[in-house]
Amino acid sequence: MKMFNRRSFLKGGLAGGAAIAAVGTSKQAEAAGSFGGYPDSMGVLVDLTKCVGCRTCEAACNKEQGLPAPDKSFDDPSVFEEKREGGLPRRTTEKAYTVVQKYDVPGREHPLFRKVQCNHCNEPACLTSCFVNAYKKTPEGAVMYDPTVCVGCRTCMVACPFYIPAYSYSSAINPVVKKCIMCYDTRLKFGKPPACVEACPQEVMTFGKRKDLLKLAHQRISEKPDAYVDHVYGETEVGGTAWMYLSDVPFDKIGYDTHLGDQPIISYVKEFLAVVPMVLTIWPALFTGFHLLSNRKDALKNEENKS
Amino acid sequence: MNSLQSKGFAPVVSHLKKDGREWTVKEKIMLGLSPKEYWAVQLRNPFNWVLWAIYAVGLPILVGRFIFGLGWVTHSSYDYPWGLFLGWGLFTMVPLSASGFMMGTTVELFGRKDFKPIERLGLLNGLLGYLFAVMFLQVDLGQPWRLIYPMFVSLGPAAVLFLVAWHVATYLSCQVAELVPAFAEWMGFPKAKQAIKKIVLGLTIAGIILSTLHQGALGALFTYAPGKVHPLWYSSSFQWFQFFVSAVFAGLSMLIVVSTLTKWFMRWRCDENYLNNLSKLTLGLAKGASLALITYLVIKIIGVAHDNDWQYLASGWGAWFMFEMVVGVILPLIFYTMAVRNSNASLARFSAFLAVFGLALNRLNTALITFNWQLYQEIPHWRELVIVVTVYATYIVVYRAVLARMPILYTWKENK
Ligand code: SF4
Ligand code: SF4
Ligand code: SF4
Repeated sequence: MKMFNRRSFLKGGLAGGAAIAAVGTSKQAEAAGSFGGYPDSMGVLVDLTKCVGCRTCEAACNKEQGLPAPDKSFDDPSVFEEKREGGLPRRTTEKAYTVVQKYDVPGREHPLFRKVQCNHCNEPACLTSCFVNAYKKTPEGAVMYDPTVCVGCRTCMVACPFYIPAYSYSSAINPVVKKCIMCYDTRLKFGKPPACVEACPQEVMTFGKRKDLLKLAHQRISEKPDAYVDHVYGETEVGGTAWMYLSDVPFDKIGYDTHLGDQPIISYVKEFLAVVPMVLTIWPALFTGFHLLSNRKDALKNEENKS
Repeated sequence: MNSLQSKGFAPVVSHLKKDGREWTVKEKIMLGLSPKEYWAVQLRNPFNWVLWAIYAVGLPILVGRFIFGLGWVTHSSYDYPWGLFLGWGLFTMVPLSASGFMMGTTVELFGRKDFKPIERLGLLNGLLGYLFAVMFLQVDLGQPWRLIYPMFVSLGPAAVLFLVAWHVATYLSCQVAELVPAFAEWMGFPKAKQAIKKIVLGLTIAGIILSTLHQGALGALFTYAPGKVHPLWYSSSFQWFQFFVSAVFAGLSMLIVVSTLTKWFMRWRCDENYLNNLSKLTLGLAKGASLALITYLVIKIIGVAHDNDWQYLASGWGAWFMFEMVVGVILPLIFYTMAVRNSNASLARFSAFLAVFGLALNRLNTALITFNWQLYQEIPHWRELVIVVTVYATYIVVYRAVLARMPILYTWKENK
């Protein structure tokens, strides 16, 4: 459980109290990125080649999570043509934890549909950036959010590399982060697949242990190398995610960020985190020293003046 | 007030009036004027008219923010969770307020007593800047009443913002303590002043540590978004250092700017000691700022080289980056150096305005303008802008009110 060691290091370092203890353990900070997630955590493999864009999953999620009624009904295909700012496709909102996007790919017989929701990262950026610890990665793999402690700083939204968390800005008294929780409290906890997965008529999504899903994904690719690009999106991206994707179109053509790298987001923050205990331990001594030196100069000057 | 002074008005500088009686607190608050005179002066000041206009529009909108929620004053963007409130109020205000810890360090730690006449202005600039950064934060937080949650209710100590929260809170109390002497003199509490004198070295060192870390942490916050901030403004390895070093020149430059404003608009409140030393001190600050600027320039270049971002320089973003670097860093650096060499305080002042502009541009670029550079440009809602102007106006009002009263720009005359 490397993660826990590292977390406790960070705790010491940032809290400032246990600064000295933390210096000795800074090696563990270097280990960031090597945490591969809970060994038996669950995940979902999404096979984009099978999706027909029926949006049944959206409807199922809406019901399961008790979300407000959508602006347009779930069988209205015109939502696919909606664009948000910048001509970008629709994204998750405070009213929708999952949305399906449509991509017209030149040369492909049908448009490609892509389901978007929280990817439940192994080392979630949202979790590591939250200063009130509102997020939890459960051993089952879900990334949970606790609205009762959230202050609403929205750093998690800045940090999420997939632009997933939404915020209920419309509420004045209790605005909170809104995002997919992998149906943890109603299903995942009991070993059941998420509502959207179960509802899909095309069996686009497979629910299972993440490590088994990875095997399955690679098996599918090797069985039908012409039907898929040779990449499982989410296997390594930002340290790996619980939701993973197979596609027949290169991922960068269908809105996936392929420049995220394999390191979890926290590893980019590491260099600063390593500085913290150093400043805490070295600065006081250094500056007290400066002070003594400069005072000595004064004293010497006084001597000179006297003589 | 300046014109009043030329007519023979003498501001409060000690506990005793000319006729030997003591000023009451109320009289001190009224600047030693009769209530009628005081309000007449306030009404006559055209700057106050501007402020009233700002409040007439801004206050209702500020109140509306808390009644109707953030969605009413911002575009409720999920892609741009942070807007002007933090981009300006936190990321720009905090470095511009770094003067506090630097003046403390210079005077108390390095024993440069010659900077004493401007030390308190530096401390006050720090304290108020931080205070209002917290105000801006309170406007921006979804649930401002939970501000103390990261301290006492649910702790996320591995997060950079956790460090910012704790350090800004601790540092605020440090700065309050550092300014107790000014308040104590004004109110006539000599004991409080003595008490602080004993711990001032500790406070100063604490100030340096906290400032190094939280100024840097503000930069480190953006390392959570490696793909979102444009590579020219992003550096995993150096972001915190860049933010820290730029805070050094920004704090010093802001101090020059504020001292220049006081010299122009609050001359009545400055004493001889302050006015006569100001040009010399401005050049001293300019020297410090130019050293920080050259350091900053070098680490900016190293940052670009380290991540091999050269190819971006040829793009439109590159031109924008060069604009920021030339106008906000290189020109101030050249002007400061020339000013120091020729003992030209006016040039140093001009340079300070440029450097402050450059810093603001850098922070807004990082937090807003180049943020999500691959998506689209978010233009803040007009109500968001109005609130920023309103809160900033309040900052100016409070700043001016303290300067007009407490011994910041003048030395208090103790009497037995
Ligand atoms: S996809 Fe975003 S919101 Fe979901 S776990 Fe990862 S970082 Fe958090
Ligand atoms: S918005 Fe809430 S959940 Fe997100 S980082 Fe801030 S406190 Fe944590
Ligand atoms: S896993 Fe549950 S919460 Fe997440 S998108 Fe599917 S139905 Fe919605």
